[in-house]
Amino acid sequence: MNTRQQSKLIYSWYGKRLSSDRKLRTSHYEGILITSESSKTETCIQLGDFILVEGVNADQPYVAQLVDLYEDGAQHKRAVVQWFCRLEEIPQNKRKLLKREISAQEVFFDQVLGYDTDIAAETIIKSTMVLPLHLGEELPIITLNKEQTFYVRQSWDGKCFKVLSLDTFSKLKEANKKRGVITNSSKAFIPSDILTPVKKETESVVRSATKPKNADMEIESKHSTSKSSLAKERHSQRVANNDIKTPTARKKLELNSPTRSKGRLLGCEVLGLLDDDYDAIAPFKPSATKRKVKFTSEISGSPPKIPCSNDKSKLTSETSECRQRSSDIILSPYTKVKDFSEKDNNLHEKDDILPLVGYQKPSSQIPVLTPRSRRTCAQKTSALIAEQISMLDEEDFLSSSDSSYSSSSEEEDDDDDMPCTPEKKPKSSRIFSTPNSSRKSAVHTPAKTLKKTVRFHITPRTPRNATPEIPRRIQAAQEPASVLEEARLRLHVSAIPESLPCREEEFQDIYNFVESKLIDGTGGCMYISGVPGTGKTATVHEVIRCLQQAAENEELPPFQFVEINGMKLTDPHQAYVQILEFLTGQKVTATHAAVLLAKLFSTPGPKRKTTVLIVDELDLLWTRKQNVMYNLFDWPTQKHSKLIILAIANTMDLPERIMMNRVASRLGLTRMSFQPYTYKQLQQIVSSRLKGVKAFEEDAVQLVSRKVAALSGDARRCLDICRRATEICELARQKRAPEIVRMAHVTEAIDEMFSSPYVNAIRNASLHEQIFLKAILAEFRRAGVEEATVQEIYRHYVALCRVEGLQSPTVSEIMAICSRLGACRLLLVEASNKYLHMRVRLNLSQDDVMYALREE
Amino acid sequence: MSKRKLKESNAESAECISQVQKILRERFCHPCAAGKLFGMEQQYRHLLELLKRTTVHGESNSALIIGPRGSGKTALLNHVLKDLREMNQVRENLLEVHLNGNCQFFMKNPFLPGLLQTNDKVALKEITRQLQLENVVGDKVFGSFAENLAFLLEALRKGDRTSSCPILFVLDEFDLFVHHKNQTLLYNLFDISQSAQTPVTVIGLTCRQDILELLEKRVKSRFSHRQIYLMNSFDFKQYIKIFKKQLSLPAEFPDETFAQKWNNNVQHLSEDKTVQDVLQNLFHHTKDLRSLHLLLMLAGSAVSVHHPLLTATDLQEASRQHSTDSKANIVHGLSVLEICLIIAMKHLNEVYDGEPFNFQMVYNEFQKFIQRKAHSMYNFEKPVVMKAFEHLLQLELVKPLERPSVRAQREYLLMKLLLDSSQIMDALQVYPNCPTDVKQWAASSLSWL
Repeated sequence: MNTRQQSKLIYSWYGKRLSSDRKLRTSHYEGILITSESSKTETCIQLGDFILVEGVNADQPYVAQLVDLYEDGAQHKRAVVQWFCRLEEIPQNKRKLLKREISAQEVFFDQVLGYDTDIAAETIIKSTMVLPLHLGEELPIITLNKEQTFYVRQSWDGKCFKVLSLDTFSKLKEANKKRGVITNSSKAFIPSDILTPVKKETESVVRSATKPKNADMEIESKHSTSKSSLAKERHSQRVANNDIKTPTARKKLELNSPTRSKGRLLGCEVLGLLDDDYDAIAPFKPSATKRKVKFTSEISGSPPKIPCSNDKSKLTSETSECRQRSSDIILSPYTKVKDFSEKDNNLHEKDDILPLVGYQKPSSQIPVLTPRSRRTCAQKTSALIAEQISMLDEEDFLSSSDSSYSSSSEEEDDDDDMPCTPEKKPKSSRIFSTPNSSRKSAVHTPAKTLKKTVRFHITPRTPRNATPEIPRRIQAAQEPASVLEEARLRLHVSAIPESLPCREEEFQDIYNFVESKLIDGTGGCMYISGVPGTGKTATVHEVIRCLQQAAENEELPPFQFVEINGMKLTDPHQAYVQILEFLTGQKVTATHAAVLLAKLFSTPGPKRKTTVLIVDELDLLWTRKQNVMYNLFDWPTQKHSKLIILAIANTMDLPERIMMNRVASRLGLTRMSFQPYTYKQLQQIVSSRLKGVKAFEEDAVQLVSRKVAALSGDARRCLDICRRATEICELARQKRAPEIVRMAHVTEAIDEMFSSPYVNAIRNASLHEQIFLKAILAEFRRAGVEEATVQEIYRHYVALCRVEGLQSPTVSEIMAICSRLGACRLLLVEASNKYLHMRVRLNLSQDDVMYALREE
Repeated sequence: MSKRKLKESNAESAECISQVQKILRERFCHPCAAGKLFGMEQQYRHLLELLKRTTVHGESNSALIIGPRGSGKTALLNHVLKDLREMNQVRENLLEVHLNGNCQFFMKNPFLPGLLQTNDKVALKEITRQLQLENVVGDKVFGSFAENLAFLLEALRKGDRTSSCPILFVLDEFDLFVHHKNQTLLYNLFDISQSAQTPVTVIGLTCRQDILELLEKRVKSRFSHRQIYLMNSFDFKQYIKIFKKQLSLPAEFPDETFAQKWNNNVQHLSEDKTVQDVLQNLFHHTKDLRSLHLLLMLAGSAVSVHHPLLTATDLQEASRQHSTDSKANIVHGLSVLEICLIIAMKHLNEVYDGEPFNFQMVYNEFQKFIQRKAHSMYNFEKPVVMKAFEHLLQLELVKPLERPSVRAQREYLLMKLLLDSSQIMDALQVYPNCPTDVKQWAASSLSWL
């Protein structure tokens, strides 16, 4: 692929060396030249310019001001920057400190100390604009380059927002002025310029002198907006370079950054390539000329589909055919678009709506209008039919309107035109906003649906913006009234105790591990094992809580905390999706997420915090190739990953048992195992929860602890038994007299939970069922094999009935008894179609059956 | 005059009879909706307390109701829910989600149709739909499995004990959920019930006694081990009482005199020796109330205008119908040739001690009988006998050991007889117009000597 070469960039110094330091062997420069090899263009960025820097999320590059440029001893080009932070980078809980709406274009002067201001010069993408504004000032209306211009009003120091000091304000102003004079290649950045539509076109061409590839594309399909495509392109390029492991990555990327492939496809080349690239390109090429191309390929490629309503429409063959074609074209790429729009859901959610109207807006209408005018004749007739049909079945009509809504909302989003929006989305949606509603019935023509789009626009019922929420309860929950109720509340497993007794050592070990890694800014893995109910997850959560506390008090560097649970994933690969969503808020497919994460953890991120990742139920992330586990444990070993993984599972020897050598070796040897609780520990756990509430006899707690410790050492079980005992106690007490849980109650609860149901079930079975079991025993004894057919058992059965003086039942009744016992799983039976030859086994030991039957 | 009076009373009693039939039908066909609970007061109290705590205090719980089929698990739950809904503090404070693990089994619930969750994916969509979360459009849930799971878990995680509406999950045929992949759904439900999230109570209904052994260790640890066992643990006296209660008419029956008469008759029946024998017999076979309902249904259908009150013979007749052997019934309808083939097979079974046989062997046995003994039987040709044999195959009185393949000749396919010799002898006793020599042959294969 020549696409990679196309966007290969060369960084070189601009101007002469300002100063150099012999000792450190650094030399400082006044500017840097970014040369795109293929397009033969150069961009010059000088000190004091505002720049975009590659970030975690490719759609949202970081904003910064260039402060210094130098070359270090190892001949690496470095840059020192002053950061600006976007709203998304500010923690959720601090955002409300602002008390005002923030547009996507507003950034904050960053005074957080933790960030690394020394970055590699290669991460600079391009220059941009940052305009200082006073607090009350309105955003200036700029119809052009919105995505290139940011505004700064306040500064952010990690705790609160402040108004820009006069000093910084003037500095920023100055930097802008200087910039306007020096850079001649970026005239388009002149703010608050009101331009006529005609001028806009030319302007955009001029502006794109720095990146002519994009300009080509823009001219070619005028409506399309090239958003921060350069960033996107670079990002994906980086990904492609780094990750060759996944073969699908490249293909994906092409879809994501179609500008490159578009640039190549000119003229007749398009025709040739359309066949194979059709799916990928079609959604992005809505211009009239492209439509024509598609037309021809459609006709030659596939036979025209006959719409179902053909018989109804008394059309001339010509018009109907015309209509067919048009609907064909519209229908085919629909699914593709949907995929993309789903991916970007989260972007929609985040963005505030800007009232500005982009210069793209009028041109975006063009592709919709052009095809319309081209088939007016077909459209008129089909619109008529559509009307008839919509009257015929309102349901279909409504459902199509539903879908048309979703498309219209996308259109709305387009108008926002944020720089963070990946360009694939608006383009695709812009084209298909109209035809995608016509998928239900081919008869709904674009013209018709266009009207509907407007009409049904009001019913806002899209599932994708849904907030996950359970309805509130109507009456308030009652607070515990009595001692027993209070005790029950505290004994519930969900109640979070202030401290975790009996896990102090483990807590300290894990805490020290994570803390040391945090301070060093490195990554690492820890494997934690233990049987269920030994407090693994609880301890880890407690550690995280303490660390977060420490980070808030600025004793530790801040970190991000992500948790995934193997049991809560539908598929091991979904782990990538969840991690990425936690980190960046993007929603993408699993394979894409894996690529993005690999990129994220393998490249140095200047502003990135350390990530603490908890992987619960690790064994469920097992796949045949184990690539999920491999990746998870490989990332922390990367130099810049800053990733700490705490993996939790049940079995101690999981790495040796199910992991391949290369995975197990990456997991490392930092392991910890949680021993089952001893009875003393269990006792301590219960009594620490019951501190201050006199609800249990001391001996009763001890009995429970001993019983559970002997069986499993599962703290959950212990708490459950205690809770059940309080209920029994409450039921048993007659008056309102205060009562505490005694031995008898606890014994009853234990019996209830641990008693085998089989014996009781057999004792309560009907007489004939019991005789049947006896017959089975007799047959087993006779044959010496623990399996018999019904026919054999039947003989014994008849004999036993004779002894008991009962009327011997018919075979049908025997079969009924047998299947009843089989349903309860007292017996294991074969499929019943073998009738008398069905084989029967006991599901419990013969001794148990004998014991249960003898008692009577 | 007297004739008209008779007609009037006839019309009146017809009205009564149809009323009676309606009441009985309702009782026997919808036991969950209308029936009373018998012998499960303790379990009722346990479950009621459990659910009340969930709704009132927002306490999360999980419980299993275990009992053999027809022991009233669903009836118990429905009763508790009905009583809960009548309580003031509970009403509208509980969201219910009903899931059914089985494909064939439909829930008889007035407000929810039968639910068919065969895997976690479907179950999850159903949960989301029933909770009416915000990603539900109309009645449908879109999005992928992973998205839906993440959405639901997020929704449940956001809630807390004091402010969110408690949710009751009812998992009917719980044992089928156990077979879902990784038991993801169960793990998540139980995990929520054991953590400080939206209060949920998970109630599972199952008839398997070994259900706890099927749970994965992590799932089992999160289950709070409350098991409510329904065992049909009543004795015969209570059984008679249930019989009386199920048959007698309620006090609000419109025609009081008729109700009086009917109830007296029921009382009388319950003391009758033959009726008690019938009931005793049924009680010995099975204690579940569904079979009692079936018996009473059969008996009750005999009630008509001319036969307004139940008699002991009705019950006896019903009991006879109830306990007839289905395969023996089929034998009654066979031709003499087919009977002969079955007898031949019976002899083969005796000679070869239950080893499988093929058609040729049966034919040879039949030929021996025809040549040496039979006087009344016509010597049928082989294809005719084959035809008769295939009819038996279709009736599933014989069953091939393996699937018939194209290559194997039909005569030599190995077969097994699905009838016991005692069944054959019993059936022959009542077979109409059975030739004597056939009967003799049936009694002993050596009788021709």
